[in-house]
Order: sequence, then structure tokens, then C-alpha cells
Amino acid sequence: MKNTWWKALAVLILVYVILQGLLGIVPRQPILNESIRNVYFHVPLWFGMIVLLLTSAIYSIRYLRSGRFDDDLVAVEFANSAILFGLLGCATGSLWANFTWGEPWPNDPKLNSVAVGMLMYLAYLILRGSFDDEQRRARISAVYNIFAFAVFVPLIFIVPRLTDSLHPGNGGNPAFGKYDMDSQMRMVFYPAVIGFTLLGVWITELHVRMRRVKAALDD
Amino acid sequence: MAESVRQIGALMRKEFLLEWRQRYALNGMLLYIVGAVFVCYLSFNARRGQLTPIVWNTLFWIILLFTAINAIAKSFVQERSGRQLYYYTLVSPQQIILSKIGYNTVLMLMLSLLGFGTYAFVLGNQAQDVPLYLLTLVLGAIGFAASLTLVSGIASKAENPATLMAVLSFPIILPLLLMLLKISKNALDGLDRSVSTDEIWIVLAIDAIVLTLSWLLFPFLWRS
Repeated sequence: MKNTWWKALAVLILVYVILQGLLGIVPRQPILNESIRNVYFHVPLWFGMIVLLLTSAIYSIRYLRSGRFDDDLVAVEFANSAILFGLLGCATGSLWANFTWGEPWPNDPKLNSVAVGMLMYLAYLILRGSFDDEQRRARISAVYNIFAFAVFVPLIFIVPRLTDSLHPGNGGNPAFGKYDMDSQMRMVFYPAVIGFTLLGVWITELHVRMRRVKAALDD
Repeated sequence: MAESVRQIGALMRKEFLLEWRQRYALNGMLLYIVGAVFVCYLSFNARRGQLTPIVWNTLFWIILLFTAINAIAKSFVQERSGRQLYYYTLVSPQQIILSKIGYNTVLMLMLSLLGFGTYAFVLGNQAQDVPLYLLTLVLGAIGFAASLTLVSGIASKAENPATLMAVLSFPIILPLLLMLLKISKNALDGLDRSVSTDEIWIVLAIDAIVLTLSWLLFPFLWRS
């Protein structure tokens, strides 16, 4: 029981976020209207994804330094969960875009960057699939994972800021928090970021444990 | 330091000699880019200067992208693994990757200049600021070589290198390609050069990141 407190915390936070997201009071904004509630779901999913990808890259670095097979296993599961979060982020995002920007997939640099980022990580999974030798697969995919993360960061944070984007905080638009969020929303938004990240870690942990059991059974 | 620079020089010289001795590969690449330009020219069935600047520019960079992927994909499959093992006993892996990147940069530079020449010849030169356009070609050659060399090293270890090379490199190269498209579009429109300085710095920064990563990561790659 000693290591379960954060899982309980994740459940508590997410229940709070979902209740607040569906029932809580939000400021009325033009265009956004009630869809502003999506800020509790869409944005934290992306934050969570970036944290998960960062962790995955860190585990890949650890694998290259130590050569422990377990680190590679953790790295790939973090990448898997990040891809799941990315897909959910895209789904919530296109729902939101449909109501505020008029179409589910507007030609926006941030969306396209993220789509490319997803392709990059799907390619990582394909790369993993094309090796038979486990040692080799682990080492080479760790190299690619680190490389991919280093390209992913400018893709997500620099490229959209240089061009015109519909997203807040990009292309000269003010960041979202500046005008649209009041302090009451912040009280939900920041916990939501933590809650979704914890959820991602939880999913990853379950997958990692399953892989460890499978590996132990194979031996 | 001087010693390792000398060794890198020797390795690059080896790459050039190797290329020169089996000239069919080099000629193949030259023919590839000229052929691709000509196919585009005929497919669009365009008279000179009829394409809009955006199409003109994008088409050229797509041709360059495919040429780069094809040219660089063979950096690690050209030589037999036994001989590569022999190199690794002689020099450090960092020197090998740097010499490969250097060689690929020169190769890409040559291919892109030739490509630009042919492209401007058949489709008409639309660039108003030719020196800046050439600078983008140089930046692009460095960037393509730096990021694709490591990817080709990764892909060459796998089962089906050709497909994997394309799948891995398209997303990786994209931020660089978008920036290059932006600068070259500015050059095309003859905008003031101060407009492009930010983008040039970003391209240089991406090049630096990719170079450092190749330098750091390659030693782990060759061991397998």
C-alpha cells in the first residue's frame, strides 16, 4: 500500500476536474462560450504528453548509459502512453476547433506540427518492430528516441510561434491564461495538468509491469 | 586536436576516393536529380516562368528532399561490415560520423547546386535574391547531411533499410524543411534580408542540435 498514494491522488484530482469541468462555473467568453471547459481536458493532455515524452527520452538516455534492459522497456511504454495522450489531445482539440474555428482540422501550424510529431513516434514503433535481436533493437531505438525528442521540441515550441497560428500564445497571439482564464479556472486547470500526468504514469506503470511479468515468464 | 582533424580529413578523403572509383553511384545521383527536375518540368508542362512562386519553390525543395534521402541513404551500406569493423579499430566513432557528415554535406552541396542550375534553366529562375537563395541551399545541404546521416546509420542496421530510411527521415527533416522553405520564399520575393535573419538563426540552431546529437549518439549506434 505504500506506493499507492499517488494513484489515489490521481483519481481524486480527476474526479474533481471532471466535476468542475462539467458543472463548475466558467467565465463567459465570446466565441468560446461553454467550450472553454475543454481547457481542463485538452490542454492538460498535451502537457501530460510532453512530460511523458521527456521521461521516455530520459529513460532512453539511461539505457544507453547503463545498458539495463529494463530502462528500454520503460522508455517504450512511456512513448506508447504519450502517443495515446497525443491521440486523445487531437480528438478533444478537433472537437473544440469544430465549434470555435468552424472546422475540425483547420490548417494550423500547431496541429500540423503535432501530426508530424505523432508520425515521428509511430516511426519509432515501426523501427522497434524491424529488429529481431533484442539488444540491438533496444540500443538503436534508444538512439532514435533521443534524436526524435530533440527534433520534436523545436517542432512544437518554435515553428508554430513563427507563423500565424490560431492557437493562443502563438504567432503573436496572447497566451491563453492572460485574458481568458480567471483565478477560479486556474484552481482547476493546474490540478488537471498534474492529474492527467499522473494518470499517464499510472497507465505506463501497468504496462511496464505486464511486460516485466511476460519477460520473466519467457525466461 | 590537430591529430583528430587530420584523421577526419583522411577519412573524408577516403570517402571521396571511394565515390570516385565507383563513379556509377555518383553519376546515378546526378542523373537522379536532373531526371527529377525534368520529370517535373514535363509533368507541369509549364512554359518558363508560368508556375507561381510558391509552387516553384516548394517543388524544388521536394525534389531536393528526395534526392537527399536517396543520396545519403547509402552512406553506411556502401562498405562491407568487415571493413567498417576495421575502421572502428583505427579511429574513434565520432571521427567517422563527422567525416561522413562532412562528405555528405559536400555531396549535397554539389547536387543542390546542379539541381538549382537545371531547375532554373528549364523552368526559369524566379529567385530575385539569388545570393540569399544560394545561402539557403548551403544551409539546407548542411542540415540535410547532418540529420540524415545519423538516420541512415539507424536505418542501415534494420531489416529493410530503404523503407525505414524514408519513414524515419520525413518527420525528422520537416522542421528544417519548413524553415528553409520560408527563407527561400523570402529570397524568391526579394524581400529585405533582415526579414530572414531570424529564420537563418533557427536553421543554424537546428543544425547545431542535430550535429551535437549525431556526435553524442553515434558511438552507441556503431557498437551494435
